[in-house]
Amino acid sequence: MTLITVENLSVRYGANTVLHHVNMTVEPGEIVTIVGPNGSGKTSLLRAIIGATRPSAGKVTLKSGLKIGYVPQKLHVDPTLPISVERFMHLTNRVSRRNCVEALEAAGVPDLMKRQMSQLSGGQFQRVLLARALINQPDILLLDEATQGLDQRGSAGFYQQIEKVRRETGCAVLMISHELHVVMSASDRVICLNGHVCCEGSPAVVASAPEYRALFGTGTGGALALYRHEHDHHHDHGENSREAAE
Amino acid sequence: MLDDFMTRATLAGVGVAFAAAPLGCFVVWRRMAYFGDATAHAAILGVALSLTFQMSIFTGVLAVALIMALTVTLLAGRGYAMDTLLGVLAHSALAFGLVAVSFLSGVRIDLMAYLFGDILAVSRADLAVIWGGATLVMALIAWRWSQLLTATLNEELAYASGFDPKREQLILTLALAVTVAVAIKVVGVLLIAAMLIIPAAAARSLARSPETMALAAAAIGAFSAVAGLRSAYVFDTPAGPSIVCVAAILFAFFSLIGWQTQRED
Repeated sequence: MTLITVENLSVRYGANTVLHHVNMTVEPGEIVTIVGPNGSGKTSLLRAIIGATRPSAGKVTLKSGLKIGYVPQKLHVDPTLPISVERFMHLTNRVSRRNCVEALEAAGVPDLMKRQMSQLSGGQFQRVLLARALINQPDILLLDEATQGLDQRGSAGFYQQIEKVRRETGCAVLMISHELHVVMSASDRVICLNGHVCCEGSPAVVASAPEYRALFGTGTGGALALYRHEHDHHHDHGENSREAAE
Repeated sequence: MLDDFMTRATLAGVGVAFAAAPLGCFVVWRRMAYFGDATAHAAILGVALSLTFQMSIFTGVLAVALIMALTVTLLAGRGYAMDTLLGVLAHSALAFGLVAVSFLSGVRIDLMAYLFGDILAVSRADLAVIWGGATLVMALIAWRWSQLLTATLNEELAYASGFDPKREQLILTLALAVTVAVAIKVVGVLLIAAMLIIPAAAARSLARSPETMALAAAAIGAFSAVAGLRSAYVFDTPAGPSIVCVAAILFAFFSLIGWQTQRED
């Protein structure tokens, strides 16, 4: 059963229409990536899905009882706010210590429980955000540019973790990214957005679509090559090939 | 027991500290310090209105503080930077309040009592209002604690968790207005923000979780009230400012200890 259905969605801020007539769906277990240039409405689409932005037309339907794990783009912990990783993990849900440990393990940072959030590195911080989103066994993970501020190696590692989580828990993933080459290889489906849905489909289809090329130019030829290279090896030893590709 | 003015004053100070300290933590975490100031300064306008329409001071101040806080919330993000906006509103409200008070011919009012508080003149009825308001604020914050904390950290996270961070902001605004209204008698409009911010800031270096910070802030605030009143009595100094001085000394003390331990780490 479809997890998220977006029908004919338009979002307006004042006179400025940022999204018009967007249609999309997310099915259980799939990884969908939204790519698009700055100002293309990626974040507005995600905000409309979580209910932070009211659509001016159209609607967003979530499967009833859908559990969402949300990984924000940036989370600012003010230096005056003392909060440990453990406390942060059960910010919105009461969870057992074991769940907490498991979620941190799933996100690849098992040893951070007692650390203060303000002492974490950028990469650790993003993984703790991921762990917090996983703690409730969500049906779908939503990630908004979750690797901003990480270097290429860091974000490649982060996306590998996402794939691993999907493999192990079967949860769907909907993410926004500007790191085309890293993200596209990890996706089942790519939606190219620029105020409306320009094109969508498998990464290979989107990468060769003229609409996509018009937006991102020919500079993405390399990304496509990277993607193809990885896809050859993806199913048996995807991890190795990705390291080789770095 | 309540017949003694010092006992009533102490209870009033502790009541205000209990409400102001946990609320002050949010003011500090969300960087709303100036917001507290603006709301407090508007209170003098509330005093003028109360005297004009012969309402209780509490009602007038509460209404104006609430209107002020809501206005700031509404205007936020519409052209002016927040600190400019607050600077304009806070000082205009104070100025209009002072002018309005001067129009009240025939009413002799002691302006100093409202600017710096008049804690030694707290009556039993005042005490009931202060503790009623303080209990309301504490209950509101305890009830919404985890939502307030989530909304403070990240707005989208709040939406994704199924609640509206704007409503949480409104709850803080309401709590702030109530706190200002009950604190005016104790420390006066000019020092209310100090009761919000200083205990919370002093508690920072002692705490490793948001909850302990709020509790430590309440303890520091309450201690400041007791010790401040005592020293005001002994040294014959103004009571409200004495309370704030004790809090400031505690802030300096704990901050120094905090820096010291950080360097040793």
